Amino acid sequence: MYQQTKIVVNNMNFYYGRKQVIFNLNLEIPKNEIMAVFGPASSGVTTLLRSLNRLCDLNPEAHMDGDVLLDGKSVYGHGANVTELRRKVGMVFEVPTPLPMSIFDNIAYGPRLSGRKGRRDIAETVEQSLRKAALWDEVKDRLSISGMSLSGGQQQRLCIARVLALEPEVIILDRACSGLDPISTAKIEESLMQLKEQFTIVIAPHNVQQAGRVCDRAVFMLMGRLIEEGTNVEVFSNPRDQRTSDYITGRFG
Amino acid sequence: MKLTPAQSERIAKTMIWAAALLVIGLLLFIMVYILVKGLPVLSLQFLTDIPRSMGRAGGIASTIVGTFMVTALAIAIVIPFGIGTAFYLAEYTKGNIVTRIIRFSAESLAGIPSIVYGLFGFIFFVIYLGLGWSIISGGLTLAFMILPTVIRTSEEAILAVPHIYREVSFSLSATKWQTISKVVFPSALLGIVNGVLLSVGRCVAETAAVILTAGSSYGMPTSVFSPTRTMAVHFYLLASEGISMENAYGTAALLIVLILLINVVANAFVNRFIAKGR
Repeated sequence: MYQQTKIVVNNMNFYYGRKQVIFNLNLEIPKNEIMAVFGPASSGVTTLLRSLNRLCDLNPEAHMDGDVLLDGKSVYGHGANVTELRRKVGMVFEVPTPLPMSIFDNIAYGPRLSGRKGRRDIAETVEQSLRKAALWDEVKDRLSISGMSLSGGQQQRLCIARVLALEPEVIILDRACSGLDPISTAKIEESLMQLKEQFTIVIAPHNVQQAGRVCDRAVFMLMGRLIEEGTNVEVFSNPRDQRTSDYITGRFG
Repeated sequence: MKLTPAQSERIAKTMIWAAALLVIGLLLFIMVYILVKGLPVLSLQFLTDIPRSMGRAGGIASTIVGTFMVTALAIAIVIPFGIGTAFYLAEYTKGNIVTRIIRFSAESLAGIPSIVYGLFGFIFFVIYLGLGWSIISGGLTLAFMILPTVIRTSEEAILAVPHIYREVSFSLSATKWQTISKVVFPSALLGIVNGVLLSVGRCVAETAAVILTAGSSYGMPTSVFSPTRTMAVHFYLLASEGISMENAYGTAALLIVLILLINVVANAFVNRFIAKGR
């Protein structure tokens, strides 16, 4: 379908216990683009995003059928390597969550896990990651202070830098700007625009406006079903489905 | 008569303040009373000599060493098992039958009077295992006694670590053990140390269980198989048998000072360890 497809979701049905939250979902996510997945509360957006790096495995109630393919290889299949998958598919959460350690250690966390030890090497990665997340200039003199002492917007950019330090291929942002002021949000959106050159980005925007601003393609979900998928213009200017149009124009949601 | 909100506010405030002041006042009174009575007794000779003629004369050096050894042994035994169990309960299982059995046992054990542990230690370690009245029997018995507290306080500290830290760690490609050792444990450390400190206090202050398992001989212990008399046992015997109230107060004063010191040092250690993260 695309020139280069990064992720394929095949016939996904997702359940928490006996409650089904995603129904027969098929989706292809293209490489080096920003794809927005949006919909009202409990539409299955977060679950879909968390299924891409198997973070939903942490919930013992969760189970699914169907499959997710990353570069054509199943991430749920027999012998799939979850650690490797999560290194390739990084995630930024809704609430900015620095781990209770210094700025430097927060960003070095991922690289150190994979066994990298060289001090120079890690310091280099930390700097590069902070630069890409547009945070370097604000924190370069105080890398040893706690990540928790930064402002909300800075914390979220720290979290983005932390994901970048993993040298991932895909970055997922789950309503990552919902608690931030407009200026911080603008900074993050700006860095996303640059990051898509190197990465595939999947974003659950916190509102329709943000989805319209940043994405190349968009997916609208409702009650666990994929309603509409297309380019930014197709979905936001010329939606085919009445429900998409109603949601975008603010008639519900 | 009906009170206006302002009046009830003032009355509530007064009563709450009175309760707090009373408690603090009592605590200070007891501490000051013991320190005033006991500190003058403390001298270099009192600290370095072993008790003589049943404790009427001499010092308390051997009881300091005995207290330290029994407590250190108990803590050294309880830390791996207690904290390990707490991590098992909090991170590796969820509400199955095994967890419920462990929790129920721990809660029941916490409610048993210490003298029952003493009796168990006496029968099992002293007699059945043939360890005799010894530091090792005393240490093992105290370890059993404080195990439930350490498990419970550690588990609470681990559960208090925000769940999102674990999610973040996993999402950064950490394994379960990496998540526990690099994120959960450091975050829970303050609470875990507090639980252990509480147990140190209980070990140091314990008499009944120690008399039955470590004995009350006041010679200088030479190994963990020596019998010993801890400071708490020493001043219990000095006071209850009317040997020397003066020396009993001296020992008690030192005990209070030691417990204060342990708290200060441990807090400094923990603060240093977590300072970077907060």
